[in-house]
Amino acid sequence: MKVIVDQHKCVASGQCVLTAPEVFDQREEDGIVVLLTETPPEHLTDDVRQAATLCPAQAIWLAEQEKQEGER
Amino acid sequence: MKRIAIVGASAAGLTAAETLRGRGWDGHLTLIGDEPRPPYDRPPLSKQILTGDRSAERAVLRSPHDLARLEADLRLGQPATALDVAHRRVHLGAGETIRFDALIIATGVTPRRLPDSDLAGVHVLRTLDDALALRAALLAGPRVIVVGAGFLGTEVAAAARTMGLPVTLVEPEPVPVRHPFGDRIGALVADLHRVHGTRLRCGTPVRRLRSTGGQVTGVELGDGTTLPADVVVMAVGSAPATGWLTGSGLSLADGVVCDAWCRAAPGIYAAGDVASWHNTHFATRMRLEHRTNATEQAVAAAGNLLGDAIPFAPVPYFWTDQYDTRIQAYGIFPPDADLRVISGDPSNGRFTAAYGHQGVVTGVLGWNAPRELRTLRRLVVERALWTTVTNTGPCPPLAGDRCRENIRPRTLGVYS
Ligand SMILES: Cc1cc2nc3c(=O)[nH]c(=O)nc-3n(C[C@H](O)[C@H](O)[C@H](O)COP(=O)(O)OP(=O)(O)OC[C@H]3O[C@@H](n4cnc5c(N)ncnc54)[C@H](O)[C@@H]3O)c2cc1C
Ligand code: SF4
Repeated sequence: MKVIVDQHKCVASGQCVLTAPEVFDQREEDGIVVLLTETPPEHLTDDVRQAATLCPAQAIWLAEQEKQEGER
Repeated sequence: MKRIAIVGASAAGLTAAETLRGRGWDGHLTLIGDEPRPPYDRPPLSKQILTGDRSAERAVLRSPHDLARLEADLRLGQPATALDVAHRRVHLGAGETIRFDALIIATGVTPRRLPDSDLAGVHVLRTLDDALALRAALLAGPRVIVVGAGFLGTEVAAAARTMGLPVTLVEPEPVPVRHPFGDRIGALVADLHRVHGTRLRCGTPVRRLRSTGGQVTGVELGDGTTLPADVVVMAVGSAPATGWLTGSGLSLADGVVCDAWCRAAPGIYAAGDVASWHNTHFATRMRLEHRTNATEQAVAAAGNLLGDAIPFAPVPYFWTDQYDTRIQAYGIFPPDADLRVISGDPSNGRFTAAYGHQGVVTGVLGWNAPRELRTLRRLVVERALWTTVTNTGPCPPLAGDRCRENIRPRTLGVYS
């Protein structure tokens, strides 16, 4: 799983940090998302997927999704 | 359960559909939405899309590919007109009926309008087409009046002002955003608008719109003055879109009345702006028009439909962007709550504050302080005693003035 964030779309809600603090942080000055790791360990996959769902700005993607698409 | 229907194909409806599929439910899914456009996001409509900083395409919530992956029977441009609870059917405008075993209602809200406001130059803002029409009108360089200084009205005024237009914000309450944030935060929002050159007319209701030949020419206020305008934006609140549920037997009172599990009736759930439910965390019924709630409640409602049996008891989250300021808040803000600055300085344009009600912290608000606010959310989650906040020392009333420097989150002990 590879995580991608779009800092231009991010609205600094912090939902991702609340959901997966091991993977996301926010910039001190404006709260914009910071990715702590692009390739989080397997056991965090559900949390990251949840963060992508809850992000109010569609600023988080999982590259793993692309793979699933191919498989379908 | 073979068939699930979802009515309303926006933030909540789409998330409900994705949640069902994401959890492996593979029955027949129908997603019904009356807007012909594929699902898009609303918050940018009063912000970047109005100012032109973002194209309309970027508001789209999912690519055609992602929508196809839902393997749903997608009925866009088709309003649901009636619900037959006993026979498990949704009637569509086209005369068709959709059968279901379980249903999720996610029809959102529709904007209220002032009486006799069907005039050229008068706008509301709820849909992408509304936003594009308003933007086109603003590009002609009009004098703008925004009626209603809630969050939508203040954002629209800020966007129009940012485009360099002369803007007046008219509001019957003494300050903007008084509901929910109260007089003192409202006064700061008023200052923010004044500093940016937006005129405010607070404390005076609108009596009627003035027009000539079907074109709006101005707004007449309760005190008899008339303000000239070429464009009038009505941001006077909204009503839950429950017209199609009249006569269904579902309980409707400021939205679809649900229990703590987002359930309106056996097998029938509601989520998003349209849903009123009992939030056990605050021991109160609520209906929220917040973007993150639409998603969270849709996840919860879909989960409960699949048998989770978990009460939906979130700490509400909300944000608004006006000019260069981002205001964010967690929790609830009863009208008689106390307000305390926790950190920073309102006169410097960066601070956090807490709302206390009946001895506990019920809400926290951040003004250009996203990261810090997030750490204060715990005060609301853990229902921290109000004394946790107030015992840190005497704090002068907010009223846009300074607060003691030493009142910082770290003085809140375990909560920081
Ligand atoms: C301009 C604007 C700016 C906003 N900014 C913010 C912000 O900064 N922060 C924030 O927290 N929130 C904001 N919001 C609120 C946020 O967008 C809403 O809370 C969110 O869109 C709610 O999602 P929903 O799916 O419940 O309802 P909606 O988005 O209203 O979707 C409901 C859908 O159901 C459809 N529908 C209605 N009746 C029927 C029917 N009978 N049959 C079929 N379909 C039907 C509607 O057409 C609509 O497509 C903003 C809203 C607007 C309009
Ligand atoms: S959840 Fe989305 S909008 Fe909120 S901080 Fe994270 S990336 Fe930004």
